[in-house]
Amino acid sequence: MTAPRSRALYAQAVEEVRMTLEHGERLLVTFVIPLAGLLLFSEVPIVSTGSQPRVQFFAPSVLALAVVSTAMVNLGISTGFERGWGVLKRLGATPLGPVRLLLAKILAVLAVEVLQAAVLGGVAAGLGWRPHGPVGEAVGAAALGTVAFAGIGFLLAGTLRAEATLAVTNTLYVVFLGISGIMFPLGQLRGFAPVARLLPAAALADLLHPALDAGGRVPVEGWVVLAIWALVAPSVAAATFRFD
Amino acid sequence: MPAIEVEGLQVRYGATLAVDGVSFSVGSGEVVALLGPNGAGKTSTVETLEGYRRPSAGRVRVLGLDPVADRRSLVARIGVMLQEGGSYPVLSPERSLRLFASYYDAPRDPEELLELTGLTAVARRPARRLSGGERQRLSLALALVGRPRVAFLDEPTAGVDPAGRLVVREIIGSLRAEGVAVLLTTHELAEAERLADRVVIVDRGRVVAAARPAELVRTGEEIRFGAPARIDVAELGRALGTTVSELSPGEYRVAAAATPARVAALTAWLAEHDLPLADLRAGRQTLEDAFLRLTGHEGSP
Repeated sequence: MTAPRSRALYAQAVEEVRMTLEHGERLLVTFVIPLAGLLLFSEVPIVSTGSQPRVQFFAPSVLALAVVSTAMVNLGISTGFERGWGVLKRLGATPLGPVRLLLAKILAVLAVEVLQAAVLGGVAAGLGWRPHGPVGEAVGAAALGTVAFAGIGFLLAGTLRAEATLAVTNTLYVVFLGISGIMFPLGQLRGFAPVARLLPAAALADLLHPALDAGGRVPVEGWVVLAIWALVAPSVAAATFRFD
Repeated sequence: MPAIEVEGLQVRYGATLAVDGVSFSVGSGEVVALLGPNGAGKTSTVETLEGYRRPSAGRVRVLGLDPVADRRSLVARIGVMLQEGGSYPVLSPERSLRLFASYYDAPRDPEELLELTGLTAVARRPARRLSGGERQRLSLALALVGRPRVAFLDEPTAGVDPAGRLVVREIIGSLRAEGVAVLLTTHELAEAERLADRVVIVDRGRVVAAARPAELVRTGEEIRFGAPARIDVAELGRALGTTVSELSPGEYRVAAAATPARVAALTAWLAEHDLPLADLRAGRQTLEDAFLRLTGHEGSP
């Protein structure tokens, strides 16, 4: 019985990845927007990054954005619609079951993130990006961020209607893009900065910037804030999630 | 041991008692239809058997197992067709079936199932671009891919065109022949009569009758027939030795049992007057008559 169960998990994860890569609107949020952001902000002097080369700032920025887009937006919206279509309910009555479905979705998120890192990292390297910091910590931060954002995605998908999940995740995406230190150094946000630092996106960006540009200290506050989100969001999601 | 056992099932939603003491059983190789108007408690009953909700009271067993406590071992042996939805609109029937096949130890061949359900021609089209009937048949195919011993089909023919209904009927027939226990729901009397070995009529959460379709429709003491409007019912009545009335233009009722002699006399009289016979219903009520008699109301059955 066990071999087919891992086959089911694998087949489901592959299908989840394929569904992401085959749909324009899902590719838009996971690849096109981060890539466009990277090219635009690195090549055009829109935002000042001081003495730092722009790509050194924006490469970690779009990698943080990539985590948000895949773990929260793509996962949340697709799960929300699958719930609305009765797919989650139906899969609950198959041997795949809810636990393997959840695992498959997480595996699919990780697989898409690896693809994003390869594409975005490759393009950034082509633009002159040279990461010097502790890359291992960046991977750890991305993993923790994935848990936090997937928790938010599941929380919305499991409680709101699909259309509302779509609207809320897209709004949060824009908010995180604007005020979380992803596209602007947090210092330029002035009064907003202390509030923004409590958001998971700012925490992730705070951790990725020193880890992936010119080195420097990875802030402890970032780890703490992100860890709290990574604990709270999935817990609340698990407690409130409705399959139908 | 019956494949499905339901004893005194109650399902409560807050203050509402959706299912109020329902009992019935389904044996292997038997097709049972839960028949009743919308809101009768059919779906609540089926979803309890599928393990989606706990009984508020009573006992349910599927293949001897508790659908909630033993769900993990049960899901490999049941096939589920939800009342609506349940498949990915973005995936083609072929991809959905291959995906679902990967969940089971010894699945049926997706190609064979596509053929069986008449979906081969649309196998590569995203499900959202299929007709309502095609989506229903996809949902049925997905319910069968794991070779279930028990199949729960919630409204399997709703929105299905006549050709599709024939396909669904043939599939249910072959499930019966393979010894699968089939529990289906419908609010259409004619479908229940055609599909099921036994019909359990539910109304407002209770079983009002359970029997073979032929037993539910009482042998009637009348003949109904259709013919041109305003024929001479008095003369026909004299010829048949009973009263004949025109219920509505062209629809007649003969107030006597449909003995072969009387049916022969009726058709002879019509032939003599060169009147065409539109239809003839002799000796029994429809299930619809039975439903109205048993539930005592017209709840859009």
